[in-house]
Amino acid sequence: MPFAKKPQVFSAKINELTLGTGDKATTLGGQNVFNLYAFDAPIANRPKLGIDVSDDPEQPSEGLKEFYAGCDTLAARAKKAAELENVDFVCIRFDLADPNGANKSVEDCVADAKAVAEVVDKPIVVAGCKNTDKDSDLFAKVSEALQGKNILVLSAKEEDYKAVAAGAGMAYGQKVGAESAVDINLAKQLNVLITQMGVSGQNIAMNIGSAAAGYGFEYVVSTLERVKAAALSQNDNTLQMPIITPVGIETWGVKESTAPEEENPGWGSAEERGIDMEVETATACLAYGSDAVILKHPASIDTLARLVAALM
Amino acid sequence: MALKGLDIFKLTPKTNCKDCGNPTCMAFAMKVASGAIPIEKCPHMSEAALSTLSEATAPPMKSYKVGDLALGGETVLSRHEKTLVSKTLYAVQVCDCMDEAKQDAVLAAIPAVDYERISERMYVEMVYVRHSSDKSAADYAALVTKAKALGRPMVLSCTDVEAMKAGVEAAAGCSIIVNGADAGNFADMSAIAAGAKALLGVRAESLEQLHELVEKLEAAGNKNLILDVGEASVKDAYANAVQIRRAALKDGDRTFGYPSIVNVAGLANGDAHLEAALLSLFTCKYGSIVVCSEMTYAKALPLYGLRQNIFTDPQKPMKVAPGHLSHQRRGREQPLLPDRGLRPDLLPGLRRAGAQQDACEPADHRRLRHVRSDRLGRRQVLQLLHQEVL
Repeated sequence: MPFAKKPQVFSAKINELTLGTGDKATTLGGQNVFNLYAFDAPIANRPKLGIDVSDDPEQPSEGLKEFYAGCDTLAARAKKAAELENVDFVCIRFDLADPNGANKSVEDCVADAKAVAEVVDKPIVVAGCKNTDKDSDLFAKVSEALQGKNILVLSAKEEDYKAVAAGAGMAYGQKVGAESAVDINLAKQLNVLITQMGVSGQNIAMNIGSAAAGYGFEYVVSTLERVKAAALSQNDNTLQMPIITPVGIETWGVKESTAPEEENPGWGSAEERGIDMEVETATACLAYGSDAVILKHPASIDTLARLVAALM
Repeated sequence: MALKGLDIFKLTPKTNCKDCGNPTCMAFAMKVASGAIPIEKCPHMSEAALSTLSEATAPPMKSYKVGDLALGGETVLSRHEKTLVSKTLYAVQVCDCMDEAKQDAVLAAIPAVDYERISERMYVEMVYVRHSSDKSAADYAALVTKAKALGRPMVLSCTDVEAMKAGVEAAAGCSIIVNGADAGNFADMSAIAAGAKALLGVRAESLEQLHELVEKLEAAGNKNLILDVGEASVKDAYANAVQIRRAALKDGDRTFGYPSIVNVAGLANGDAHLEAALLSLFTCKYGSIVVCSEMTYAKALPLYGLRQNIFTDPQKPMKVAPGHLSHQRRGREQPLLPDRGLRPDLLPGLRRAGAQQDACEPADHRRLRHVRSDRLGRRQVLQLLHQEVL
């Protein structure tokens, strides 16, 4: 009996979500096959690669220090990062706004964000400091300042979705991220709540959680797979939003990436280990269902770009 | 068509004799229906019943051992559907087209990666010994002899029958895979593999041709196979790996019910970070054996962690073994939680509470971690207790 190819093409599809404006705008999602299965049907929008740029000038590796040498402000770093050919969008992260840390004011963050928007023409994603009270205020003010730029606010969470959905999505028409902790039911619930606030499902991107490879990554795997399966094979439109996964912030903090070579002679340079940890984690995220990954290292971005190009 | 447990039960002797290892004939029948055990396990089934049921109820993918290494036996495409069964095995490639010094350097580097991660030994399980068509059978045998000294199972990759014979002879005593058969040589290669009691690797120019070749081999009586997804391009290798596995586990095509071998060394073509990405990709997607040009700690540390995570059974949380716990005091830390990868959603709370992320340290799985519960919210403590301690 000859082999009969059975492509798995669905009538349902992942929502198309465009970030940014003009000719540098980038589109996530839109596919009606499982991620990277370009052999089943052509995939119109390849997975997208973002670069994570913190307002904290400290870098996790020597190579990153070198890359950003001379860039003293967030805007300068964002500009440098955006110039990388394979970067599809820039994610600026306000780590210094953390009330338990530098407690940078929202006004200063807004000023920084405006400065970034002046020098970066690629789409902008805005991440906060993980303190939900500070973040909901920050997202609203930054959304106002960057109105018209079609940014993505990363993200609304269970605790602050009302403020973020209203402040960023409804008031200024920005795209809204929905972050949940590796649980498909929580992800779905959050999407429903945000749409009930009046934000269209077409304007939401999901962050279903992330982890470094080896650190409970199986929960990320199964959540990604189950979300995509529900979206495509069950046509569940509360889970058809594209998935954006921050990888760099998880991987550059683990021992494999940070342990100095002197302490682990056989391990080789920390730089190489950090890049491979980021690359392997990001590859797995894309394989299981992420439509975009956010990385820190230029070498990781280039590697992922080569991989994606080879697969599409 | 999958047979129902009840239909199988009707054909059992219904004596509940327990010779098959199950308490009742019904229990046996249900396990056979789900593909967990083969019908042949019952020593008292009638011949007629056996032939009726054997083909229909066999697991969708065959299972094998190469030395102590397990291959195949997968039943689902995604771990959440049930569990993944045989963890990806890694091999490093050495070729007789390399000069002697390079061959020696590659082989010498293989044992370098060897460490323990949460009670599991992480190392390069196999050596992939490749023959180049412009080298002689003697060259190949010499390389196999050198590689054999590493004491690991080997994959002999060679389509020349004479060279393969020489290689197999040189490998005597070592577990091997004969990755050899193509449309032109399959009868001879199959005989060599059968003689060596080894799995036969099969390759072809397309999935259609691979399918046809496997059918021919099965018709000739060889069902101990492993399918080579090809090295033409990343796109093709990936498409083949996925479609082979999907055909077997979802579309009921038994002809593709075999483990797979993916060689990313040529695909990466010297780009170490791309090779890391491809190692990760094919660990996630259906590479039973993945071959690379070099295994370094940079590549291995994330990769083996990834593999360890993916291949855990979702229904079996890691448990603390009962018995006396020997408290090894490291500074002021007292053991409290099982030493596994922590759930990522609990990490922020756990980090605040001082839990360390040292998943790389060799771990007695009974050693636990100390967590300051006064720094965690009530919900997090309950979550921790439910998820991590049970």
